Amino acid sequence: MLNIEKLVKSFAGEKARGRRRGDAQAAVFAVNDVSFEVKEGELFTLLGPSGCGKTTTLRSIAGLEHPDSGRITVGDRVMFQRGGDHGRSVNLPANQRGLGMVFQSYAIWPHMSVFDNVAFPLQVRKRSERPSKAQITERVDRVLETMELTPQASRQATKLSGGQQQRLALARALVIEPPLLLLDEPLSNLDAKLRESLRYELKRLQRELGITAIYVTHDQIEALALSNKIAVMTAGEVVQLGKPREVYESPANKFVAEFIGTSNFMPGTIGARDAEHLTVETANGKLYLQSAAQLVVGDEVVVSIRPEAVELSRTSLGAVKNEWSGKVVARAFLGDAVDHVVAVGKQELRVRVNPSVSIEPGSEVYLRLDPTKISLVPVG
Amino acid sequence: MTLADRVMDRSEVVEESRWRRLVPTPKVAIVAGVAALVGYLALVPLGYLFWGTFFDNEGLEFGGFRRAYGNDRMGELLQNSLSFAIGAAVLSLTVGTTLAYLNVRTAVPFKALFFAASIVPLIVPGILYTISWIFLASPDIGLLNTALEPIFGSAPLDIFTIWGMIWVEGLHSSPIVFLLMVAAFRSMDPSLEESALMSGATRLQTLRKVTLPLVRPALLSSVLIILITSLESFEVPALLGLQNNIYVFTSRIYFVLRTYPPDLAAAGALAVGLLLIAVTGVAISRLLAGRGSGTFQTITGKGFRPRPMDLGRWKPVVGTGILLYFSATVLAPLLVLVYTSLLPFYRKPSMDVFSALTTDNYVELLHLDQAQTALRNSLMLGVGTATLVMAVMAIAAWIAIRSRIPGRGVLEQLTFIPLVIPGLVLGLALSFVYLRSPIPIYGTMFILLIAYCTKYMPYGMRYATTSMGQISSELEESALVSGASWWKTFRRVLLPLLAPGILAGWVYILVVSFRELSSSILLYSPGNEVLSILIFEQYENGQFTVLAALGVVMVLTLVVLVTIAYKIGARVGLRND
Repeated sequence: MLNIEKLVKSFAGEKARGRRRGDAQAAVFAVNDVSFEVKEGELFTLLGPSGCGKTTTLRSIAGLEHPDSGRITVGDRVMFQRGGDHGRSVNLPANQRGLGMVFQSYAIWPHMSVFDNVAFPLQVRKRSERPSKAQITERVDRVLETMELTPQASRQATKLSGGQQQRLALARALVIEPPLLLLDEPLSNLDAKLRESLRYELKRLQRELGITAIYVTHDQIEALALSNKIAVMTAGEVVQLGKPREVYESPANKFVAEFIGTSNFMPGTIGARDAEHLTVETANGKLYLQSAAQLVVGDEVVVSIRPEAVELSRTSLGAVKNEWSGKVVARAFLGDAVDHVVAVGKQELRVRVNPSVSIEPGSEVYLRLDPTKISLVPVG
Repeated sequence: MTLADRVMDRSEVVEESRWRRLVPTPKVAIVAGVAALVGYLALVPLGYLFWGTFFDNEGLEFGGFRRAYGNDRMGELLQNSLSFAIGAAVLSLTVGTTLAYLNVRTAVPFKALFFAASIVPLIVPGILYTISWIFLASPDIGLLNTALEPIFGSAPLDIFTIWGMIWVEGLHSSPIVFLLMVAAFRSMDPSLEESALMSGATRLQTLRKVTLPLVRPALLSSVLIILITSLESFEVPALLGLQNNIYVFTSRIYFVLRTYPPDLAAAGALAVGLLLIAVTGVAISRLLAGRGSGTFQTITGKGFRPRPMDLGRWKPVVGTGILLYFSATVLAPLLVLVYTSLLPFYRKPSMDVFSALTTDNYVELLHLDQAQTALRNSLMLGVGTATLVMAVMAIAAWIAIRSRIPGRGVLEQLTFIPLVIPGLVLGLALSFVYLRSPIPIYGTMFILLIAYCTKYMPYGMRYATTSMGQISSELEESALVSGASWWKTFRRVLLPLLAPGILAGWVYILVVSFRELSSSILLYSPGNEVLSILIFEQYENGQFTVLAALGVVMVLTLVVLVTIAYKIGARVGLRND
């Protein structure tokens, strides 16, 4: 459906253009050689901290940014191509791409009514492609109905609540029935409660209408909850691409492990290997875990342990694998969980447990680490 | 490759973009047109000015400079101009800043009077203000002199001195400083001052060590604005200084051109000198402001409403001071104008005079063709200038702020060039252009229109860029993504959103062009007088009473226009300061 190939966008690079390649070192790469594919009906998320290039990538797809090189196709339409072995340069202007986009601020035109906002994309079409007035009214009404905005149709757009504005922005993006919907942090302007309910609403709409969508966010929970697929970006590059569960449970590197959720890291070496069952020697003792990674005995690795993958108790279960002893250093009550910082040897581990378990600082405790929830991340 | 292959090879998209290269889209045509127009207005007059000053038929020559600055005139000119400008700046800055501080930070009485006084420069043009002060403080006919005679002896006040010039210019400019400083004091977080007080500083120490350093950028820009407007001021030096041969740059230029035969090269030399001083001033302030910026992040854009400080036993003193200030800046000049307009011939007030007051002067105005032509010309020029400037600047602002067209920064700079060109210099430069150019507009209203458009381009640009900046670029991008073309986006999304700001700018430019004098004085021709020119002529002919009536009409018209401007300005959050 959407294909991005070797997309590059540098910022200082505009000046460096025309000079020899080697001179352009000063350029800052906002997007550096990004490629991915989004399948029909998928909700694909670009996730990363601010400045990672996710918005630049989205705006390049929209046609609002002019990339340096690469190729963007939607279906069989070439939106952009330049450089490489792509042949002639193409850069379709934003207003000819026919995509739908929801902006971070919603960008609802304050001088128009709700109806007019939604009708705009249809009204501005070329005369030959423009639907009749009656058709426009019918299509706008239908979209407003879907978004449950029919009662507000004649209202001034600025008089809507946050959630209604968000639905209006969505209605406007969807009225032309675009092949691809671009969402630029559409929930970041809302308060936490509303954000959560709209997150499910968005997911339901996307699935029911069968929309292919690209979603940009820096909120990992949003990404995990919504997406069919996540591309984690940092410094202009995609560092991991996969299903939410894959990204969470087996992060490709330390950055992903840290950015998505919190994680404890522990260096070690491979002590023994039996098919997918590995024993890792760490400073705190042996750790048993499963991994398909191509590793041999003696390799240096870093183990990533999610705080919720650890079980905490005051008593030892005896002969169980992966049981360590430690001492609680601090704890914090979070409502739906209790965080403990536990000193194990020279290291402090963060452990998140059910609120029914709460152990005061200073107590000796036993930690049990679930072998299926421990992952290895590449060193460095 | 066969023809068929080549046809197959090309996608539709490529075909389209090739077409685009050949036929300019509306966007390209409009953008290029606006850029060309701005460049023409900003650069051509200056080019001709330099050419006309430094070159004559025989090539490069400096005779103009010799004639302009020779005979030790240089020192005298500089001394007069600088003492006039600095004096006016010191006066207006002291008065304006004090009033602003009192207004924002203290529970001062008569707050309503402050803003009444602050709109005076807008509704009473400099020429009327100066003439009013001649009526008040001239040694021969000044009403104040008559009033003070019993105490101080004959004619204690003489407005026709450098002190008189400083007084009139400084008072007339003080409201500008007031408005700038009010904005600065309002946008300063009062907790900065409160924490100084909590640290044990006295009010005075707080003022000196915290408040004033924090508003330094605003103070600096006020100083600069007043220095430059005083240097450029024409009416005050011309009406007050020429009487006793006190020349500053502007009045010297006027004098040189009025003697026969007019010495264009010498006038040009003076104009270049004045321009250099103005540019230097702007450069210095940029430097100072640049050094200060970043250090003053504490001043936010937020509006604060601090609890006003109680003046205690100083209240009556301060209150009296404010009443005095209001009388001097607003009441006296306006009253003397109204008084004069009701006299059959100019004389000092007495019981007889008051019983003989008449509206004959206003009746005469109705029969004076010249007056009606002038009023019509001023209004037409105002409307024309405002419309043209705002239309072009709306596009220019888009180019400067929203587009990524290379050279957009240069375009923005170009629109601000006229800000440093004194009105009289602009008039001179334009007469250089159109005396030599084949375009036959010299001596018509069009040359005035061009002058006004050039002069007020920076104001239009400021209004347009301010309102453009308030519109999120996502509003425009979402229209593009929705499939709207550039022109459709501009017309259907940007223009309606810009409308309030553009309207505010439109009325403001209408107001300021309505009273323009310093450029018009060198460009008008008999029959094409505008209102301020007619008043100037009548003053020179000694028709004081008719002049006063005309002045009253002018002030009333301006009151209406300014009221509209403020109503709109308040609605869109823009101020005419």
